[in-house]
Amino acid sequence: MELSKEQCREIIAKRIAQEMHEGDVITLGIGLPTEVANYIPHDMHVIFQSENGMTGVGHRDLSAPENPLVTNAGGMAVTTRPGAVFFDTAMSFAIMRGGHVDATVLGALEVDEHGNLASWMIPGAFVPGMGGAMDLVVGAKKVIIAMEHTNKGKPRIVKNCSIPLTAQGEVDLIVTERCVIEVTPQGLLLKEINPLFSLDEVLAATEATLIVPDNLLQKAV
Amino acid sequence: MKKIISVSEAAKLVKNNSSLMIGGFLRCGTPTKLIDELIKNKTGNLTLIANDTSYPEHDRGKLIVNKLVKKAIVTHIGTNPETGRQMNAGELEVQLVPMGTLVERIRSAGAGLGGFLTPTGIGTIVEEGKETLEIDGRKYLLEKPLKADVAIIYATKADKFGNAFLDGTTRNFNTVMATAAETVILEAEELCDEPLNPAEVTIPGLFIDYIAM
Repeated sequence: MELSKEQCREIIAKRIAQEMHEGDVITLGIGLPTEVANYIPHDMHVIFQSENGMTGVGHRDLSAPENPLVTNAGGMAVTTRPGAVFFDTAMSFAIMRGGHVDATVLGALEVDEHGNLASWMIPGAFVPGMGGAMDLVVGAKKVIIAMEHTNKGKPRIVKNCSIPLTAQGEVDLIVTERCVIEVTPQGLLLKEINPLFSLDEVLAATEATLIVPDNLLQKAV
Repeated sequence: MKKIISVSEAAKLVKNNSSLMIGGFLRCGTPTKLIDELIKNKTGNLTLIANDTSYPEHDRGKLIVNKLVKKAIVTHIGTNPETGRQMNAGELEVQLVPMGTLVERIRSAGAGLGGFLTPTGIGTIVEEGKETLEIDGRKYLLEKPLKADVAIIYATKADKFGNAFLDGTTRNFNTVMATAAETVILEAEELCDEPLNPAEVTIPGLFIDYIAM
């Protein structure tokens, strides 16, 4: 089954939105993770935190001046929701590292069987820096990885990460367009599979060993 | 009352070879006039301590483009390709630090602490060369304080006592940097004749040495 990039992103973001609960404090990474916000039911109250210093992040503010006073972590102007709060970076990371974020959604370059995450550099090729990702992944109660299952066919869910880690053993859930995988002490447990894909297609695109339960759920998002 | 000086006088307080903290998260909450003056003066060989190196055409990013920085201690350089280019060419030393660790190192320096223990970076290359300690069964990295010769910080408005109000998400690193440098210069968008409401002060004026107008 071939899906477009847009179709993959929609499936992933919709499925992750189902992991959120009323009252959760949620920190979304830049890119695909940001799209999760679009699929959270309007009547569910959740608090979006942004590492640069606010809770209650709203939508992009297209009417803001060129250098606005209220931005998200990508530097873009955003609106505030009722109950929003501004704070400095020290407070922001007390929230993140201190275990006050219920769930974070981040992209990844690689995730491995031990729940290790690599997302911040490819030596010699791509070195943007870790920004707030290392603190966030260590501190958030639940770490959800949102990513396309492979990088142009090359597996991203691997036995052992081959590039520098963002954090060791902190990933809880991996959501791709093909499946949902939970990181357990026994290894990677395949929880759900998108009916558009066969089990063989999922396993063939995954380098890591997956534990396949008898009651594997086939679930369309 | 604080010493109110011109932006041009204030920028002269930053010397070549100094370590310089600059507030801001990308473009938000950055003292842009002071940065432009540093570029005009060609104040160079700086050690820049900041969240990021912004964009090539803006604020801290222009210091990089103008090759005024010899070392950058930052969390992220992805928005400024010139930083990566200079780093790969060996022209610029870049030390990447997790954001929560960078802000807490600066806070430690300003708060009189000898450092702190953080779980961030355990099992990654950030751990290399650092002491680790186990407290109640969890492993932590010992991270040390970070101070600077000069900090230049942003305020939305200030009064003559140096008390500053920072609106929206402009607070970011400005608040902690105000505590952690030998000389602290505040660039305010507005200088108020009347004192600010004490309950609305984001940064107490006692940390501020000069207001640059």
